[in-house]
Amino acid sequence: MSHLILFLIFAALCVGGAINLLVQRHPINSALSLVLVTGSLALIYLLLGAEFVAAIQIIIYAGAVMVLFIFVIMLLNAGAEEETKGSRVAILLGVPGLILGLSTATWVLATRYPGPGSVIIGQLHGTAPGMGRLLFRDFLLPFEVTSVLILIAIMGAVVLARRGSD
Amino acid sequence: MVPISYYLVLSAILFACGVAGFLIKRNIITIFMSIELMLNAVNLTFVTFAAQWQALSGYIFVFFVMVVAAAEAAVGFAIIIAVFRTRETLNVDRVNLLKL
Amino acid sequence: MLREASLLLGMHDSMNAGMFLLVAIIKIAITVGVLLTIVAYSVWLERKVVGHMQNRWGPTRVGPFGLLQPLADGIKFILKEDLTPPYVNRTLFILAPMLALVMALTSIALVPIGPNITVGSVTTPIQITGVETANNQPADIGIGLLIILGVTSLGVYGIALAGWSSNSKYSLLGALRASAQMISYEVALGLSLVGVLMVSGSFSLRTIVERQLGSPWHWNIFNGGWQIVAFFIYLMAAFAETNRIPFDLAEAETELVAGYHTEYSSMKFAMFFMAEYANMVTVACLASVMFLGGWSGPVFGPPILQSLLPILWFLARVFCFIFLYIWVRGTLPRFRYDQLMGFGWKFLLPLSIANILVTGLIVALRA
Repeated sequence: MSHLILFLIFAALCVGGAINLLVQRHPINSALSLVLVTGSLALIYLLLGAEFVAAIQIIIYAGAVMVLFIFVIMLLNAGAEEETKGSRVAILLGVPGLILGLSTATWVLATRYPGPGSVIIGQLHGTAPGMGRLLFRDFLLPFEVTSVLILIAIMGAVVLARRGSD
Repeated sequence: MVPISYYLVLSAILFACGVAGFLIKRNIITIFMSIELMLNAVNLTFVTFAAQWQALSGYIFVFFVMVVAAAEAAVGFAIIIAVFRTRETLNVDRVNLLKL
Repeated sequence: MLREASLLLGMHDSMNAGMFLLVAIIKIAITVGVLLTIVAYSVWLERKVVGHMQNRWGPTRVGPFGLLQPLADGIKFILKEDLTPPYVNRTLFILAPMLALVMALTSIALVPIGPNITVGSVTTPIQITGVETANNQPADIGIGLLIILGVTSLGVYGIALAGWSSNSKYSLLGALRASAQMISYEVALGLSLVGVLMVSGSFSLRTIVERQLGSPWHWNIFNGGWQIVAFFIYLMAAFAETNRIPFDLAEAETELVAGYHTEYSSMKFAMFFMAEYANMVTVACLASVMFLGGWSGPVFGPPILQSLLPILWFLARVFCFIFLYIWVRGTLPRFRYDQLMGFGWKFLLPLSIANILVTGLIVALRA
């Protein structure tokens, strides 16, 4: 019962943040709604028992990626969005498309997974030592490749954002 | 006890909002944020199933998705800043010609 | 519902959820009260110490030795006119100091201040997120350190939003500089703590402290883990994280008017002020826990004294840290911004990675 109440509160925060992201016209408000969504998602991961994933969701998404978003919005001083002809057409097609896709997905999921799941609140399963063992034994190659990927991303970002006159 | 389908429906709602934002919005940064929302929704699905089947590999995949999302955000913003310097606008409808 | 809450909190059978809630509320009230008093009196301590270092008295008139000065400052802040400039983004303008203060005060919930304390029939660890499990073993959250790092990362929002919402060029510049500085030094801060994690084998702060109990030789900077280089990296990164001299270019009065809190007055400015000192206390608590042995120290006497002495040793360490902060503030000039960023990325980051390598070698050789 308390599990259901907590889930509904955090799910309402998530959905509210997502809809606010769509509705707001200035990108800074959308960015702050996305911070709220990522924070609520971290709490939902905690409800599912994934404590390590919840912590790194806060550190990486809410604490680094979203700060980068807000930084770029502040730096470029992007103003509120203007309505163009393309955007009106997109809203006309996009919102019914969203409702259609959503109803389909909900119907499929509700009929395929009808029974109660086996997630018990308080059972913390995704602990750091377990994940560390997997990461450095079974998934060692993807881990090393990811570190090379991050290195390439750093170099690419530095080169692309340089002023051309150098 | 919360049924697993509730978490999956929440993930579907977030993903649909991300797709809608990607199609509706005209500001490149907001489009980027919708992409991040889609990635978060997919992460929620992975974590849900990993919790149901008690498979730690699901959490590892979530870890990799987060890392790739962060790298993509860094490179994406570098590109946005480079485009902004020349075009002086963040509206995607105005960046529709190869030549200025 | 109470039974599920008990399951969620992992509690021992001797205490039901209602009693746990009451104990938690009492712990929170005491901890926040003590923390806010420490914040207020560290302002007094700073003014006195910096004054004496500059060969003057500091506050002496309000009460004996100027001890009532924080009270007078508090009354002044409350009674001042709370001016909101006309063109600011109102929601964010009001939200930013609240965010800064909330993030600064949250980390104290995870810091273990002492072992169990028994009042009447109730035994509880001296930590807001600590619970009493079977066999009189205190336990706390398995990922305590990660949550503190996450809360530190979230602290950037208060500053960034304050600068943005103020709609003023000095505020925006100061906010951008301060945010860039904070996110750069967060990396060095986190990596310097990885060495301690490798040696301790757990993210739980209570486990990290319990490994260091005994003599001072067992602390993590000495034989416990030889983390002396990590300690100095942590110290420098902590100075930069809390925006204190020598890294306080973002809020320097002579450079940027007052940086990101230029447009703030009265209580909102006081909240930024309190957030800065609360961050100092948090960083000091974390350093005591990770490197200096937490609450270890001689414990003697009747049981009630035995429960309270660890708190005294912990507070002594925190006081030494705050005194170090104030001492450095009175002594050093401030870094220029490019020197600051170069120091963080080109010196501290490679040094902390080298520290991780050497610590890995030590852990492998010890096993």
